[in-house]
Amino acid sequence: MATQTQAQPQAGAVGTADRTGQAARFARQGRAAQRRYLLLLLPALLFLVVFYGYPVASMLTRAFTDPHLGLQNFAPFVQARSKIEFLGTTIPSNAYLRVIGITLQIAFGVTLVTLLLGYPVAYALSSMSLARANLLMIFVLIPFWTSILVRSYAWMVLLNKEGLVNKVLTGLGFTPEPLSLMHTRLAVYIGMIHILLPFMILPLYAVMRGIDRNLMRAAENLGARPTQTFRHVFLPLSLPGVGAGVLLVFILALGFYITPALLGGQKDVMISMLIQQQVANLNWGSAAALALVLLLIAVAIYLAFTRVLGVQKIFGGAAR
Amino acid sequence: MSAGTAAAPAPGRSAGRARVAPARIVLLLFTALVLLYLVFPIFVIVPLSFSSAKYLQFPPPGFSTQWYESYFGQDAWTDATRLSLGIATFAAVLATVLGTAAALSLVRGRYPGKQAVNSFIVSPLVIPGIIVAIGVYFFYARIRLIGSPLALALAHTALAIPFVVINVSATLEGFDERLEWAAMNLGANRLQTFLRVTLPIIRPGVFAGFLFAFITSFDELIVALFVSGTGAVTLPIKMWESLRQDIDPTIAAVSTMLITVSVLVLLSAELLRTRGERMRTAKVPEPDEAAVRGALE
Repeated sequence: MATQTQAQPQAGAVGTADRTGQAARFARQGRAAQRRYLLLLLPALLFLVVFYGYPVASMLTRAFTDPHLGLQNFAPFVQARSKIEFLGTTIPSNAYLRVIGITLQIAFGVTLVTLLLGYPVAYALSSMSLARANLLMIFVLIPFWTSILVRSYAWMVLLNKEGLVNKVLTGLGFTPEPLSLMHTRLAVYIGMIHILLPFMILPLYAVMRGIDRNLMRAAENLGARPTQTFRHVFLPLSLPGVGAGVLLVFILALGFYITPALLGGQKDVMISMLIQQQVANLNWGSAAALALVLLLIAVAIYLAFTRVLGVQKIFGGAAR
Repeated sequence: MSAGTAAAPAPGRSAGRARVAPARIVLLLFTALVLLYLVFPIFVIVPLSFSSAKYLQFPPPGFSTQWYESYFGQDAWTDATRLSLGIATFAAVLATVLGTAAALSLVRGRYPGKQAVNSFIVSPLVIPGIIVAIGVYFFYARIRLIGSPLALALAHTALAIPFVVINVSATLEGFDERLEWAAMNLGANRLQTFLRVTLPIIRPGVFAGFLFAFITSFDELIVALFVSGTGAVTLPIKMWESLRQDIDPTIAAVSTMLITVSVLVLLSAELLRTRGERMRTAKVPEPDEAAVRGALE
């Protein structure tokens, strides 16, 4: 805004190219260019405000205004409808808190496993020649570009009672009869890890590829054993990738809907599914309250990662 | 199949060592297994789609194209596909135009609040889909646009803009602006300079952004579930309904076609990425930069 008003008086001068001095002319042209850059931004910005920002913001305010002004929509988060005994203490239990608990637990588990699977893979890929790594990267990118619906369907096929996984397990004699793998928490984990693993590998790989291998050679020259080199040189340098991958996978996992709905059972309700249920039951205020809580959890985690752990530049960083 | 390629001794690491350490063999085997876990489930669908069985059966008892005939024979499927293609094309074109302009502004402009604006523009990537979905649903319900394909396409455009901004920004980062000054010195006006100098150089990023935008809309389910009503049944919605009700193997045929499309899109995106790197100045190549950035959906 400030730039725009400052630049206003120069409007007419641009084309006439008055030659009082090159420096002044460049400065003026620079300001005119800045004004044009603001104009280029406006269409996208306005579009996003109308079709994204405003709808989401006004939906969130419903948490406090629907059906009437007040905090009634947040009551279910603090009211204990029933109590359960846990390790000798009584803790309140209700649907909302239970669903939030399940969501956080699944998101945490998925993040942990994707990190444990993804880190060695990214490490191996980053230590190969570029051509070979690019070739193998196709295995990571094919699932990345494939629809989540298709991938969830693939697991429905595999984990079925008559599915391939059961065929192999019974065939090898691990289990006498087919296991019920579908509609279980395990199925949700398997499917979500499969879908989110590329989101862990890609940032890890990008960071590891940028690590100067000469540093490790230097450490080895100075007498460090390979494990020491890894622990004191490579691991710390790869941490930005770990931070980016963990943050990305965790936040994406929090909002999952399709995979748990298709692969999970009655007990595997995540926040997104509860929100959908509330909308279907026309409890719009309640849905908005849940959406607000989900958003706050995601934002809190994002801020914790960017501020505390210093994970920078993970969102492309068009603006520096 | 990946085992063969991955487990082969990899050159390129410490050149002095002739033998592959046992630890490295374990690492490569582990990598091969994880990569197999990533692609195997997807390709399991392909043989199923050519199954002659009436129900999902593994291994397929015989070859048949009945599920492809079933797909092309049902208007519900082909109409949904056509609608999805239309919506995705509209959303991708609009997002590419708006996003490219915004990226130019965000990379080159210097104005207060740029960082905040940038965060807002890329935020649809990280905000959980359900939040956007119910926001747009309440908004469209109020202005009576539920069930309108155009309304759905506009919502998808908003979701797709960040992908374009991120991909185009990546190509603009290494852009040598002196090329534009040279063109203008030689008498080109701004439009000519943009069309004949800037655009050809950033084209790989623009195309990659377009592909991301297209796929984002084409595969999008959650917003569509809320906004489409009965008037805009897209392919993902049709698939969702089919998966929730009866697992008719027609969906295996649909999935196989979608996988083929994904592989083609991936190959073109990869091609664009390598070309983009060559088009830019002699920068140290950063593999999969565009993909990683795009990955932040």
